[in-house]
Order: sequence, then structure tokens, then C-alpha cells
Amino acid sequence: MEINARFMSYRDLNAALNQAVDAGTTHITVQNVNGQRYIGTNLHGRVTVELHGTPGNDLAAFMNGPAIIVRGNGQDGGGNTMNGGEIVIHGHAGDALGLAARGGSILVRDDAGYRAGIHMKEYQGRGALVVIGGGAQDFLGEYMAGGTLIVLGLSQRGAGWSHTRFVGTGMHGGAIYLRGRIDSHQIGKEVGIAPPDDRDTRIIQEAVAKYSEHFGTDPKRILDAEFVKLFPLYLRPYGRLYAY
Amino acid sequence: MKSFLPPRFIVDRDPSRCIQCKVCVNQCSFGVQSFDEDEQALKSREQNCVGCHRCVAFCPTNALIIRRNPLDYRANFNWRPEVIEDILKQAESGGMLLTGMGDDKNHTIYWDHLLLNASQVTNPSIDPLREPMELTTFLGRKPDRLQFDERGNLITVMAPQVKLETPIMFAAMSYGAVSLNVHTSLARAATELGTLWNTGEGGLHPTLARYAPNTVVQVASGRYGVDTDYLRKARIIEIKIGQGAKPGIGGHLPGEKVTDDVSRTRMIPSGTDAISPAPHHDIYSIEDLRQLIYAIKEATNYEKPVSVKVAAVHNVAAIASGMVRAGADMIVVDGLRGATGAAPKAIRDNVGIPIELALASVDTRLRQEGIRNQASVVASGGLRCSGDVAKAIALGADAVYIGTAALIALGCHVCQQCHTGKCSWGICTSDPALTKRINPEIGAQRLVNLVRGWSLEIKDMLGGMGVNAVESLRGNRLHLRGVGLSDTELDVLGVKMAGG
Repeated sequence: MEINARFMSYRDLNAALNQAVDAGTTHITVQNVNGQRYIGTNLHGRVTVELHGTPGNDLAAFMNGPAIIVRGNGQDGGGNTMNGGEIVIHGHAGDALGLAARGGSILVRDDAGYRAGIHMKEYQGRGALVVIGGGAQDFLGEYMAGGTLIVLGLSQRGAGWSHTRFVGTGMHGGAIYLRGRIDSHQIGKEVGIAPPDDRDTRIIQEAVAKYSEHFGTDPKRILDAEFVKLFPLYLRPYGRLYAY
Repeated sequence: MKSFLPPRFIVDRDPSRCIQCKVCVNQCSFGVQSFDEDEQALKSREQNCVGCHRCVAFCPTNALIIRRNPLDYRANFNWRPEVIEDILKQAESGGMLLTGMGDDKNHTIYWDHLLLNASQVTNPSIDPLREPMELTTFLGRKPDRLQFDERGNLITVMAPQVKLETPIMFAAMSYGAVSLNVHTSLARAATELGTLWNTGEGGLHPTLARYAPNTVVQVASGRYGVDTDYLRKARIIEIKIGQGAKPGIGGHLPGEKVTDDVSRTRMIPSGTDAISPAPHHDIYSIEDLRQLIYAIKEATNYEKPVSVKVAAVHNVAAIASGMVRAGADMIVVDGLRGATGAAPKAIRDNVGIPIELALASVDTRLRQEGIRNQASVVASGGLRCSGDVAKAIALGADAVYIGTAALIALGCHVCQQCHTGKCSWGICTSDPALTKRINPEIGAQRLVNLVRGWSLEIKDMLGGMGVNAVESLRGNRLHLRGVGLSDTELDVLGVKMAGG
């Protein structure tokens, strides 16, 4: 079914989406999305929502299950505290992408803003996956406590992460994979750099396959490059700050 | 060079009373009491003693006395023993001093300088033993005006309201900091009392889901345990920006306290530090706060009040105004003496302002701006008794949160060792040998007793003032007078000097 979101408030738009899902719709196309916040926040069930235009902040915040495809750019806070489901952005993403997400996956075709993947988590076999096709800005993966963050640096115009600093500051779980190199001055002091092992390579291959499937790229071309893994050096990065 | 710190306490064991039953050895979680098999004698490592009184309480023959070490330093108002010992500890470790509970310094406790009114001759007092006395409190946004149709039916759409039988709620204390038995005690007591308890930022344990109708859940910077299920179960959702014990800083729950069960409840990896960043990384402004408030409202279909908790800081009145305008249905202000499971001592004892001043200025500001009705105001931070509660309500609070007082009801002796995880009373620890010291059934009963006692006292105070509902005391500062305060202090509190 199709919804025209022109002049529609986020509240009405989410209500319309919920109504459609309740009526058993499994694929909804929304036209003329123009900055509406929280799209998909209160959505449940197996449904795919295709957004044409620019969704606003906190896209799919707290989302648990549905798939959201954005034919355009995302804004800030996409996938905030997401629990499950999928966000696919055919464009750029704003700041704080996947903040505190602990499940589901977020795929961004192009670049992401500052603090992508901040404080992502994992527990008891669950964890979030964020794949950024282009580059990312400072504080990528800050305070990361789990999950997987992959940055491919494929953008034509963007500078990838050559100027990105404070990557993984405060990281104490999870892994960041970068396609290409990163200098030690760009990463937080709690972060180690290593070549990916077999398990890491499998994770990268699966993620790249997923990325390519959505964005029509050639996985072989993406994988035909060197990757590095960033990992937390300590489980308790701030354990030695205190006197008793 | 090692710093030699004298023990804080002396353990006196009366050999004529001691029957060597070793209860003290089993009860002490700080490694003070031990039994020397060779000498067949009980020994004390006094340097470990924190003055928690666990051994004293359990000694069946009253053979133990814990005394403050009389060892005196040369008298000096500036270089007090605590200051000297803190420097020695830091010279040795190079770390920040960590502590538990709330500010223990002698900053003015304004409750002790405020006195309540009573009726004499010119208006009658009311006898709460014979007449109904109402403590019922509704939390949530109130409309600017009420509209009725011609038949007298209300047509104004009311924002969600939460009914409390008494204006006393249990403050946020997270699972992980306190034990599950403490959470269970609080949840059961709140349910029985018709009030609310607060999960703190560590999530809601699955076994407590049945108490959800009496539960405030928190969304803090770590977003622990926050999913739609958690939000939808709750009665009120509270965004925690700060707390009185540590305004402006985050928190680290040490990895050893993140057991499998805590990991499941917080939805974080077990064994790693649970790090709450200082700010929410999606809130850098009032506009951003509004964004999160409405994300939560959208996720819960606008069916629940959204609360925002801040620490009492210098510009708290302006901040509170912003919070209300951002859409908060309830604002919580936590004062200087609010407690914590762990905080740097430098922050706990030096940052923030007393709740009495913060509460008065917040209430005044919201009234001046004509938006006081848009949010309920909850005060917290070191409230000790029903008198403090009544005074807080007269200063403008709709309700209060009690944390430390509730823990004392469960056995806490305020020894300030919460950060060590060794709590001998089994409250602020995740050690299973210690947590079983709290029986949730008895704990709940003790909390119910405490709040019932306070509620009876508040009814007595109300009756004495000649009013029969807590609503008549709310924000009614004419029922307060100040003693021993400067004009400036009286001005901020909006209270007259006693006698005037």
C-alpha cells in the first residue's frame, strides 16, 4: 500500500503505518517524506516500509522487528536504541547513527556523520550490525560495548576516514572493521589494531554480501582490499581511575 | 613509602561475654573479624572496620562494641583528619577517591531551619482520627483550564495521570548497584502502598514485571535495558539526566558486578564495565531533550507520563522551565544530599545545591512563567522524615522520592561503603552470600511500615494546620516559617521569618 506523507505530522504518519500493519499489510511505500521524526518507532511485526524523501531524526528509535528502506538521506539518531529489524539508507546518514543499538542491522550506502555506532551493545548472543559504505566522522564507535561496526570507505567524493579522530574512544566491547588503513593517532587509547582473523573475515564477508545485495555493488571488488580490525584492549577501560 | 592510616574504629570484645560462637566472623564482609585456630581466639583487623555494626547487631551476648578511634590529630579546622587521610590515600594510589551514599558534610540542612504552622483558636484544627484526611496525589500534566459540555461532562482531554495514595515514592536505585532482593522489596512495598518505585537505570528484572503498574522505569545515557517492552510496561518513564550525588558526570558499574543476571536485565555484555556516559549523546540541548521525550511518547502511544530527572545545580530553575517546555510531564529535582552506589567523593561533596533551595526556586519560576500546572514536581535528595516531606510539599513539591531512608528501613547503617560491593547488610552488593541477607517479604513489610508511619504523621500535621488534604499544603509557603536564616535565604525559599 502507499501513503502520501506530504504535510503529515509524524504522529499521523506513525498512526497510519500502525493501522496498515494492523490490517495485515506487509509492504508499505511512503511518498514525500519530509523530516518526520520517529518513523517506525512504535511499529511491530514483519513489515517493510519504504520511505521516499528524507525521514527526520530518531528514525526507527527503539524499533524491534520491521525493515525500513530509505530512498534518500537519513538524519540524526537513526536506529537510536534499536532492538531488532533493519534500516537500509540509500544515501547518507546523520550523526549518532545506531546510538546504543543492541540488535538488528543498519546499512548506509554512503557516509555517516559524527559518533556513528556510539555505545552499541551486545548481550547473550545478540548484537547490532552497522555497515557504512562511505566514510564516517569523529568518535566513530565511541564507548562501544558490543556489536559490529564496518566502514567500507567506498564514497567517490568523501574523504573516507582520513581525517576522522577519536575512533573507538572508551570502547570496551564489540569490533570495528575498516576497509583500508588507519593511523594510531586517529584511534582512542583504549583501542587495539589487528589484521582480521578467519572469524573476522567471515563477518566482513557476510556483511559485505548484505551491503552489495541492497546497493547493487560487486562484493568481490569491495573485498579485494585490506581490512583492519579495531578491538577493545580492556573490558574495564576505566577500572584504574579510582582510589578506595 | 607506604601511608600508614590509623583504623577509623576500635573493636572492643568483652572476653567475659564472648562465647566464641563466630557469628561476627560469618557476618563481617569487610574482613575484620577472624578466628585464630592456633590460639583458639577471635581477632580483629581493625583497619578494615567501616562501622557498619553488622557484627554488633548479631552478637548474641552483646560482647562487641565498635568505637570511633579516639586517636587524635593535633586540632586543626583546616587540616581535618578526613582531609589528611584522603591525601595519603591519593598519594599512594593516584586515583580519584570513590565513595557511596550522599554528601556527608555539614552544608546547611534547610529542613532543620524550616518550621510548620498549626491552628490555634482562630481556626480549628482537624482531627485525622475522626475525619477523612487525603494524601492522594495525581502525577502528570494538568490542563490550563477545564471545559465541560452543556450536560456537565468534561470535554477537556486530560494528559495521562498517575494516582498515588501517598506522595512518597521510592527513588531510583538500579539493579546491579542494589540487589534483586532490594528491588523486589521496593516493588512489593510500592504496590501494597499504592505508590511507585523506580528501577533506576539498570533495567527491570523479568521477575518484577508483575509490579509494572507501580513502576517508574528510567532511560539514562547508557540506555540499559531500554526496549519498547520496558517502556510499555512502565507506569511512568523517567529520562535520567543527572542525580544529586554526582551532577554532570556518568557512572561506571564495575565489571565484577555485571553478573549474567545483571547482563540480561541491562542488556549489556557480562563481566565488562557498564559505562554510563556523562551526557546522553542524543541530548545536547532543550530541543534534543524534547526529541527524546517525544520519541518515548511516540513509542508508548502517549499513554504514559514522561518524567525528566536532573540534579539540583545553579541554574536549575531555568533548566526546569526548559524541561517543562520540552514536554516533560513530571520533573524530578535531586539535591546535593542525594545518594549513590558509587561516585567520586570530590563530586559528591562539592557539586550541586541543596534540594530545599532548588525546589523553592523551581516552583517559583514555573509559577512566574504560568507553566507550573504543565508538570508535576518531585523533590528528592536526603529527605529523612515525614517533617521533611511535609516541608517539601509546602515548598512546592507534588511528591517526593526517598532512597536512603528506604534503604535504612531495610537495614542500611549508612557506613558509606556502597562502592565496595561488600555491603554487610546485603543491600548494595551482588555477592549472593550477602544479597540473601535481605528477605524481600520482610523488606517489603518494613518499607510499607515506614511509609505508613510517615503518612500518618503527615495527616496529623495537615490536621493541625486545619486542612484536610495534602493538596491544600502544596506550594503553600505561608505554612512555613524560617529560623536562623539570612534575608537572602528566606527570599530564595519564599518563606517568612518565624515570628513574622
